[in-house]
Amino acid sequence: MRRIISILLENEPGALARVVGLFAQRSYNIETLTVAPTEDESLSRMTITTTGPDRVIEQITKQLNKLIAVVKLVDLTEGAHIERELMLIKVKASGAQRAEIKRTADIFRGQIVDVTSNVYTIQLTGSTDKLEAFIDAIGENCILETVRTGVSGISRGEKTLSL
Amino acid sequence: MEMLSGGEMLVRSLHEEGVEYIYGYPGGSLLHVYDAIYQQSAVKHVLVRHEQAAAHMADGYARASGKPGVVMVTSGPGATNTITGIATAFTDSIPMIVISGQVMSHLIGDDAFQETDMMGISRPIVKHSFSVTDPRDIPEIVKKAFYIATSGRPGPVVIDVPKDMTMPNERFEYEYPKKVKIRSYTPPTKGHAGQIRKAVELMVNAKRPIIYSGGGVILGGAHEQLRKLTRELNAPITQTLMGLGAYPATDRQSLGMLGMHGSYEANMAMHHADVILAVGARFDDRVTNSTAKFCPDATIVHIDIDPSSISKTVEVDVPIVGPVDSVLNDMLDILSKMKERPDADALASWWKQIEEWRKRHGGHYDKNDNGLLKPQEAIEGLWEATNGQAYITSDVGQHQMFAAQYYKFDEPNKWINSGGLGTMGFGLPAAMGIKLNYQDDMVVCVTGEGSIQMNIQELSTCLQYGIPVKIFCLNNGYLGMVRQWQDMNYEGRHSSSYMESLPDWTKLVESYGHVGINVETKDQLKGALDDCFNKYKDRLVFVNVAVDPEEHVYPMQVPMGAMRDMWLSKTERT
Repeated sequence: MRRIISILLENEPGALARVVGLFAQRSYNIETLTVAPTEDESLSRMTITTTGPDRVIEQITKQLNKLIAVVKLVDLTEGAHIERELMLIKVKASGAQRAEIKRTADIFRGQIVDVTSNVYTIQLTGSTDKLEAFIDAIGENCILETVRTGVSGISRGEKTLSL
Repeated sequence: MEMLSGGEMLVRSLHEEGVEYIYGYPGGSLLHVYDAIYQQSAVKHVLVRHEQAAAHMADGYARASGKPGVVMVTSGPGATNTITGIATAFTDSIPMIVISGQVMSHLIGDDAFQETDMMGISRPIVKHSFSVTDPRDIPEIVKKAFYIATSGRPGPVVIDVPKDMTMPNERFEYEYPKKVKIRSYTPPTKGHAGQIRKAVELMVNAKRPIIYSGGGVILGGAHEQLRKLTRELNAPITQTLMGLGAYPATDRQSLGMLGMHGSYEANMAMHHADVILAVGARFDDRVTNSTAKFCPDATIVHIDIDPSSISKTVEVDVPIVGPVDSVLNDMLDILSKMKERPDADALASWWKQIEEWRKRHGGHYDKNDNGLLKPQEAIEGLWEATNGQAYITSDVGQHQMFAAQYYKFDEPNKWINSGGLGTMGFGLPAAMGIKLNYQDDMVVCVTGEGSIQMNIQELSTCLQYGIPVKIFCLNNGYLGMVRQWQDMNYEGRHSSSYMESLPDWTKLVESYGHVGINVETKDQLKGALDDCFNKYKDRLVFVNVAVDPEEHVYPMQVPMGAMRDMWLSKTERT
């Protein structure tokens, strides 16, 4: 099952390497990873999406918790949560195609952020599912390039991951 | 306030932590620190011949004393040479502090002379690591390092120190912190009360209980509690390779070691148990055999300080995360206030069954197979000669298993071996670390002619510092355990397990100023041991014991089988 693990991490050199190394060393898969400092600059917030049976996920969270650099950790998929990913996608857009792509982008609430006579670059945010759906909708044939940030996630409601 | 250089702060901080010996090897990037060591006398330095041995020396000391051992090495090759020693300590959860020199900060990343990324290389095999970026941080880092290494589940901690952090002409205010707090690190101090009660009830109501105890009992200083609980419950107890000595091997309730080379009665009792109380043991694959077939009828209670050890390989019914001593104390407390007592009738028939298993094999080996000295006999002879009182370190292989099976450990911290990583070359330096600190005690390295050669250069260190350890080498001319597997699984094709060109051991050790004794026949053993421990009491003695090269270690579990699936001899299977 796909899980979103959210981690508060000491903002110090090597901390990210410890987390990534742990996954590599134990053959756990990292599907996406996002990391940036938080409002408290001594802390980084990291979101990792991974897949695996419950037993493996339990080991992953236990092993992560053992790292001295990990301050706090939560599996967001255990409760209601919001997840977002940003995608920049460059597509062929000429002739009749142009209007069609614009319409599709509008439906997905995407923004066209760069234009040439033959190409649109579209910015899209949403859940991983939504981004996948957009790619399906416009069809692979017209895609020139995509870049995605990986998932960032946060709990719904008043629940927070903080000290 | 006192003004000290970074190098001086480092040495002083170690002194504040009660460090008496550092084991190490100097080099360019640590010269300022070595100069600081020279200018004081509280912290002494032992110069090894290879940095790996320094790590094993510190490790041996830590295992015997329960206090962290300290290693100091220079950058680059000095640091990388400790890796095997760090991994050994990490796998067995041994507290250790490794101070590695690093090139000057401004050179880091330039592929400078003797630069390696020690933080990166050691990351998977340390509990934590620090890199010093400001000399003023040194006291706090040392304090934190000792705290992390020794608390919770212990382990090695690396402190990487660039040369410019230790400059003698740059001095700073020195004050050693009294307390340390790390917000992201809070090891458990108590087990869950409800779970503990459940565990006691399960054990009291069990018909076929067994206690499966491991190295965590020794690390957690909980052997007294374990003994008390085992006796109160009248339960049989089996121990892992790492746990030997936490419960007296000569006691009636002890079934000896379990697992791959565990005793017949221990593995049979485990397989047929209805409740297993696992204490400070981690269900290693050398214990469980096939996890799918592991103890089919058992409800499992698992006490461990490390939550990631619980349900890692075997699903556990009652997990208890906490320090073993405190959890066992709580269990004893509940038991004493409880009306229910263990079921005497059920236990009587359980013990009857166990005694039958004990009779069937119970440490049996054939003494007179072909007239050669059997390794088991040699170990039994050693046990008698030392009265079971010695610190026994071992290397890895058949001799290690024979020592575990036939030297009866009645006290904890006396059996020192590389259990998890299985490091050949561990025995001699580990013994040195112990002997240096426990000079009045017998310290014996049980080894093989293969293992001893992996750190044989330390005979020189023994001479320099007067470390009279005893080396008891079971010499069968083969890498015995490899040979055994080749005999059993590769139709006797001894690929690279025969070691030609062995040295004349007596001459070799004599050239280092020590004593060598050869044992070629059975009747020479007693005299040799007598000379070793009496005539040459204060000398390093290398006893080279020729043993039957064809002997195998039994019992041996059948690969991928259940606990009870064992070979009991070359021809007999359960």
